[in-house]
Amino acid sequence: MSLARRRALWAYTFILVPLAIFFFFRIVPMFQAFYLAFTRWHADPAQRAFVGFANFQRLLTDTRFLQAVRNMGFYLLIAVPGQVILGLGLALLLQAIRRGRGFFRAVYFLPYITPAVAISWAWSFMLSPHLGVINAIFRRLGLPPQPFLTSPSQALPTVATIVIWQFVGFHMVLFLVALANIPRELYEAARIDGAGSFGMFRYVTLPLINPTLVLSLVLATGSPTIGILQLFTQVLNLRFYDPGGPIGSTATVVLYMYQAGFKQFDLGYAAAVAVLLFLAIVAITFVQYRLTARRIEG
Amino acid sequence: MTRKATRTFLYLPLLLGAVVMVFPFVWMVLTSLKPLPEIYTLSWWPQNPTLANYRTILQLHPFGRWFLNSLLVAFLTTLSMVLLSSITGYTLAKLSFPGKTAVFVLILATMFIPTELLVIPWYAMAVSYGWVDTYWGILFPGLIHAFGVFLMRQFFFSVPDELLDAGRVDGLSEFGVFARVALPLMKPALGALAILNFVGNWNAFLWPLIVTSRRELFTLPVGLALFSGEAGVQWNLITAGATLTVLPTVVVFLLFQRAILESIATSGLKG
Repeated sequence: MSLARRRALWAYTFILVPLAIFFFFRIVPMFQAFYLAFTRWHADPAQRAFVGFANFQRLLTDTRFLQAVRNMGFYLLIAVPGQVILGLGLALLLQAIRRGRGFFRAVYFLPYITPAVAISWAWSFMLSPHLGVINAIFRRLGLPPQPFLTSPSQALPTVATIVIWQFVGFHMVLFLVALANIPRELYEAARIDGAGSFGMFRYVTLPLINPTLVLSLVLATGSPTIGILQLFTQVLNLRFYDPGGPIGSTATVVLYMYQAGFKQFDLGYAAAVAVLLFLAIVAITFVQYRLTARRIEG
Repeated sequence: MTRKATRTFLYLPLLLGAVVMVFPFVWMVLTSLKPLPEIYTLSWWPQNPTLANYRTILQLHPFGRWFLNSLLVAFLTTLSMVLLSSITGYTLAKLSFPGKTAVFVLILATMFIPTELLVIPWYAMAVSYGWVDTYWGILFPGLIHAFGVFLMRQFFFSVPDELLDAGRVDGLSEFGVFARVALPLMKPALGALAILNFVGNWNAFLWPLIVTSRRELFTLPVGLALFSGEAGVQWNLITAGATLTVLPTVVVFLLFQRAILESIATSGLKG
């Protein structure tokens, strides 16, 4: 046996198990999910049936689903720019100070790595209208107490704010690296050309951190762990008694999928929701890359 | 305003923000040290600090068991993820074989499949094979992840081929070259990957929630959520449970802050 053949055999041996795992636990299930979206689920396999586009048609007239979709628009509108802009702002502030940079970086990053379930319950308590510390502070300051998560108009912005609070540190770290990679000579050159601090930000910093800006935007929107499109854990735990409430005002698409699939055990319908979500993530990510990449040269 | 004064001025928003970041954790810990009546009197500082809440959740409720479940699941998935990712990353970076591009593309493709899409077929799979309410059921989706493979592949590219050939000349088998020559050079990368993966698994919620229904099998986040849902206004117990859930991640962060921040920064992909 030639040396090359023997090495190829070793290579196949090495990747046999990992590849089998990828294949059976990711690739095959993905196709199954697409297939399930076109079926009516039943606990007894004999009674499952292919129903074509029926699940998707049902979704188009399902008011609770449509409300969840509309909510996603508001979540994206508040939480994505919120995280990205605040993350960039924090990174700029940290870049400008001399002492305590490591301390602040750690403090702002901390919520990102702590479990969302625990954090959500801690916030749920703080925001409780009567026993919560936030309203206690409001009363001290002479402000009227607020209903927060119990009000249909305040609940969604409140959840979005908590999400920003949790993930802003992640974006800050991304921007800190990007800022540190900008050569100092460029700022010197801009200063000689008469640029003020805003001019330097606009014509030096912003164009050079653009790739990071795009990455931050894309991750905030659709990444598997922090993407707003996959928002679920916080929404479920912040209002555990009535997830997605009051009157559906905080419901997300993933929460709806979870309830359809694992509360009503309508797995075919849930799969249809998941397929739409998947397509939405792919489409939105693609559009974001296209739109923002064009602006690179500013 | 002088530049120095400007700089001092920058600390104001930073400090204010830092208070907002830390306060929920402080309030959570303080509440967990209060007896129940103090929840109603809205005392700021615990008047009669007590560890009774922790005793209650550990002795009367299965928080200890859930803690161990989480530890076991996070440890096993991390071990599997690190081992399988490194051997796959190594093979893709350093060995040549027919079909390599296809393998690469296949693994790359899995990175874009959201977990939300997979939990439904995973659940159907778990039901038909009897994996519901088993440790295997909780951990099989985490055995390996494309992100780990690509991270390790990137790192293995930096190992010079001459070093591997030297190992081969010394009579090591291909596995020996991987395990004795290449892998030991990867310690920092492996450490960072393991830490991130451990924390990610410790925090995981959606899948463990779906695949477990028996209390004994809950992971800590699932147990905390369902316990808190039944605890009503016993916020002293809920915050004690939340503190217990947060604690390991804070410890890991303080110990490995550098590795965590660096791997977030260098990969940026993890997201």
